[in-house]
Formats: sequence, C-alpha cells, structure tokens
Amino acid sequence: MSKLPPYATTGQRIWHYTFLVICGVIFFFLIAPIAVVIPLSFNAENFFTFTPEMLRFDPEGYSLKHYRDFFSNPDWQSAMWNSIKIAPVATVISVSLGTLAAIGLSQPHVPARRAIMAILISPMIVPLIISAAGMYFFYSKINLAGTYWGVVLAHAALGIPFVIITVTATLVGFDRSLTRAAANMGADPVTTFFRVQMPLILPGVISGALFAFITSFDEVVVVIFVGSAKQQTLPWQMFTGLREQISPTILAVATILVGVSILLLTTLEILRRRSERLRGMSPG
Amino acid sequence: MSDMTEMSGPVLAADGTPLKRSLNKALRRQKMRALLLISPLLLFIMVSFILPIADMLYRSVENKIVIETLPRSVKALADWDSASGELPQEAVYAAMAADLKDAAEAKTHTKVGTRLNYENPGMSSVFRKTGRKAKKFDLETGGPWKEALIEINEDWADPDVWRTIQTYSPPVTAGYFLNAVDMRVGSDGAEMRPESEQIYMNLLKRTLWMSLLITFSCIVLAYPVAWLLANLPTRQANLLMILVLLPFWTSLLVRTSAWKILLQQQGVINDILVWIGLVSDDARLVIINNQFGTIVAMTHILLPFMILPMYSVMQTIPPTYLRAAKSLGATDWTAFWRVYFPQTIPGIGAGSILVFILAIGYYITPALVGGTKGTFISNQIAFHISTSLNWGLASALGAILLAVVLVLYWAYDKIVGIDNVKLG
Repeated sequence: MSKLPPYATTGQRIWHYTFLVICGVIFFFLIAPIAVVIPLSFNAENFFTFTPEMLRFDPEGYSLKHYRDFFSNPDWQSAMWNSIKIAPVATVISVSLGTLAAIGLSQPHVPARRAIMAILISPMIVPLIISAAGMYFFYSKINLAGTYWGVVLAHAALGIPFVIITVTATLVGFDRSLTRAAANMGADPVTTFFRVQMPLILPGVISGALFAFITSFDEVVVVIFVGSAKQQTLPWQMFTGLREQISPTILAVATILVGVSILLLTTLEILRRRSERLRGMSPG
Repeated sequence: MSDMTEMSGPVLAADGTPLKRSLNKALRRQKMRALLLISPLLLFIMVSFILPIADMLYRSVENKIVIETLPRSVKALADWDSASGELPQEAVYAAMAADLKDAAEAKTHTKVGTRLNYENPGMSSVFRKTGRKAKKFDLETGGPWKEALIEINEDWADPDVWRTIQTYSPPVTAGYFLNAVDMRVGSDGAEMRPESEQIYMNLLKRTLWMSLLITFSCIVLAYPVAWLLANLPTRQANLLMILVLLPFWTSLLVRTSAWKILLQQQGVINDILVWIGLVSDDARLVIINNQFGTIVAMTHILLPFMILPMYSVMQTIPPTYLRAAKSLGATDWTAFWRVYFPQTIPGIGAGSILVFILAIGYYITPALVGGTKGTFISNQIAFHISTSLNWGLASALGAILLAVVLVLYWAYDKIVGIDNVKLG
C-alpha cells in the first residue's frame, strides 16, 4: 500500500485507513495466539488465563514453576531427549539422499523427470494419517514398528520433499560451467562436488535441512502410530497432555518451542539474505 | 572427388567414431549418471513410503481370512443358492464343523468371527460360541451336523448367516469400500445401509464442507494481507513478513494448544468478553469442542499457506496497471475488480488447492479442539486403526481420502507445477 496521494477523496481516505485496520486485525489474529502463550507460561497459578496478580504486573503472580516442572519431570525429559535423538538423524538421512537426488534431478537430461519429482514430493502431499496408517501396517510386517529406526526412517521420508524443493530451487541458479571449469583443471567429480558445487549451494542445503528438521521435530501423527512408548517425543507428549490431564507445563514447553522456531526463522532469514547478496540480487 | 566423398560422409568425432553416435553415447551416459544420483533416494522413498501406501491400499480389498480359516465350508457353499431362502445341505454343515474344529484348535475362529461381524453384526458371537464347543467335535460320529450346530447356536438356522459367509468368501472383497460409503451387500447386490447406520458419507461430506469453509476464510483473510505485503516497500514488507512466517514455523502443537487454551470456557477470550460485558459470566460462550473451534484454529494454522503463494503472485503484478486503469477513467472498484483481481487468480488458485489439500487430511487439530461434531474423516481412520482394529475399513477410508487428495494434487501440478512450489 503506497502512500495516499494528496488528491485523494474523503471516501478514499476512509477506505485507506479502514483497510489498514483490517490488515492490523488479521496480523493480530496471526500472532496473538502465539504471543499469549508466552506470558501465560510464567503464571504462578495452575490456571490457563491471566490472574488478577498478573494483570497488575505483581511479581507474585509470575513464577518459573512450570519450567522447573518441565526440567524435573521424567516424562517430559525423556520426551525431550527422544526428540533430540530422532530429529537430527532423520535430517541427516533426508539431506544426504535428498541433495544427491536434487543434483541428479537438475541435470539437463533426466528421463521421466516429472514422474520422479511427483513421487519424491508425494510424502508432503499425502495426508499424514494415511502415511501413518500405511507405515504402521507395513513396518509391523518387517518388524520396524515400535523401534527407533522405524520412526527415524518414517521421519526421513517425510522430510525429503522439503530438501528436494529447496535444493533444486538453489541449483536453478547454479552456473554449470563452474563444474566444467573444475573438471578442466583436473579435479575429479568428488573434489568438484565438495570444493566447488557444495559451498555454492550450501544455503539451499541448510534451509532444506532446517525444514526437514522441523518436520521431524514437530511431527506427531506418524510417530504415534509407528513409534512405541519408548519413542515418545515432545509433540507426542504434548498431544497426550492436551487430550488427557492438561497441565500448565505445556505452556512452558510451548514457549520453549516458540523460541526454537524463532531461532530457526532467524537462521533461515540470514541464509536467504546471504544467498541474495551472493547472486547480486539485493544491494544490502 | 575424394575430398567430396569425405565431406558428404558422416561427421566424425576426434576418436574416429561418427559424431552422431558419440553424441548419443554421451547423452546416454549423462542420463545414466542422473538416474544413478537419483536412485538411492528413489529406492529409499519406495521402501519407506510408497510400499507402505501400496500395502494399505491392498489391505482395503484383502479378505483371505475367510477362505484360509474355513476352506472346506467355502468350497461346499459354492453351489448353494442363497436366493432360495433354504438352508444349505448337510454336507455344508459337516464341512463347517470340520473347519471350526481346526480353527478352534488354531484359535483363529474368533478372528474370522470378528471379520464377518463387520458385515453382519452378530456373527462374532456365533463363531465364539460354536468355537468353544468345536474342539470337542468328533467328526466321525458327531453328525448329523445340521442339527448339532443349530443346537449349539440357533443362528446356524438363519440363511443370512450362511449368505454372509458365502458373500465374503472370495480372497478379494469390495466389502470395506462399500462399508466406507455406507453401503453393504444385500440379498440382491449392493444396497444402502439404513439411515441410522450411515456415518461415513456424512463424515466425508462434513470434512469436505469444513475444508471448503476453512479455505474460504483463508482466502478472505489472506487477500488483504498479501496485497499489503506486496505493495509496501521491501524493508517494511520483510518486517511484516515475520508476523506471517513466525506462525508458519511454530510447532503445530504449540498453535493448537494456544487455541485450546484461548477458546476454553474459562479461557482468555471468554474472560475478555465477560470483562467488556458482551457476555454475562454465567453464559460463557462454548467455542471449543465443536465445529467453530476447528474452523478458527485451522484457519489460523493454514493461513500462512494461503498468504505466501498469493504474495508471490501479487509481487509480479506491476502497480502501473492499476494507475493506467484509473487514468482511463475506471473507478477504484472497477480498476481493482476488472484489472487487478483477474491477475491474482493464479495465486488464489494455488493457495486454495494447497490449503484444501492440507485441510482435508488434518488429524491433530480436529482431534484436540473439534470435540465430536468437529472431527474429520482422518479421526475416524485413526479410530479404526487403534481402537476398533478394523484395519480394512480404515484402509478403505484412507484410500478414498487419498483419491480425493491425488486428484487435487494432479490439479495443483497442472495449475502451478510441483517444481514451482516455494517454501518460506
């Protein structure tokens, strides 16, 4: 919305400001639910709403007790460690296989490229409950259901579309004559890949990795079906918590997770700016 | 002359082979290399994802249990005419007695009973009761079996029981699919179930209808925001973009729990409404565990998926078009409706299909804030997998949902192209 021209009529002025208010309300709708969770997590009482003490900004009304509960409760702790153990391994699998395949897909002559692409993207499109059902039935047959590797494999499959999309998008801007130049100077394909191609597509690979990580880290449906109680992750614990006895510790966990997503978002933004600068698209 | 023949002959590469052939060879090598790079991932996806889906689809029609547990009866029943209304011959009863004895010894009689119970309620108890006695059957002297079986359970004198066994004896069945669309195999072909037993079509309709509502509210909310973002200077747009991207990156569970907390009767929204005096304290609004709760929470969760594609389309529309329209005498509204809006349709289409695809498959949010009235078909699938253990029906419902999604995916590919999907 550019500035209002000086010759705007009253009607146009009114519409201009009404429009800005509407947009403000929508932005509020987007951000408020997340923002509300953060102060509520410091509630000294076991309530899910603001107590009078909190509204008076009385220090008595605030406490860290829900955070203490999160860090001392064995259920939450084991859930946290399970999440930390599963997500990175799944990410490594999807990124390594995904990057390789993305490089293959961006070659000029790939037979049946469309069909292959459709298959590789499908885990993102197929509803999670269907993936979960299929994986549960099939992994039970091959004795993978209820195991750590079963969950890792399932999560790696779910993360792959994101790696493929981000890395192929980065490779579109990759100058292929660079690999030819490297080969010309006597580098073998492996050296070319690690010394020339990889550093240039690294931002794309990292953002793909972040997507794959967050996919696995946030995933609930598949892990509920494929995993067993031993693989209970943080989102799973939150899901059961919300379903059964809803405890305010969930607010503390939610706040920590919002912190994690802010961190990821910042990293991604820095990477995006860097790659734009490298391509000379943006002056800053 | 010799120069001429050399000129008109095939062009040779440096090593003396014809250029055409050596180019073909190079192309083939290139294709091979590309496939070689892709193959590990393709193999991985096949094993960890495509095979499970195929397995699920197979499960939705698989029905080997009847013929495997009751092989003799199935064979003997083959020439019984179910339309005649008469009970089968003694030979069929004898075969059933023999099958049940084996099944009871292998403890598989309850499974087949459960399987047939999905089609004809009551079958489970027939098999359980008869199976209890079947171990002691003396196949040589116990006959005549017709009277013996009917004495154990009088349902064996009901032609309907035999008809069910006969109908569901082939190793492949459409029974689960018929069940999933509220139909069943009656005495003369497929028929609708009675009104009171029709669940799934209504559920599917509700899922589609609510997904449409969610998609529509996403369009309404996303359009102004995308327009604002596309028309602000880059620096301000990037700043406001954070407000869109933060929810996008925040865990689904966090957003769902936020809504669960906000919408409670003792929650923040009701508290504010009571505080301003819009609602009295003893008439707090019920805005959770119903359709309203699901729609609000899911609109919030899926809104970024609508804003981002709209924004990327609107960014490419030059603002000069609007000015040109206005300078030619169009009013603000005409300029928007006749010039700007038609150009944003691809963005609306892309966002809508994406949001709709995501919405109809949602499980977590409806399960947590939907109560009983606001649940989706996914919740029913989950119920059949983990609670009722009717995996065949769960698979059939899943297959129907998958078909809907794949059609939409195909449309998305045609309109937007999967290569053009952008993230973040």
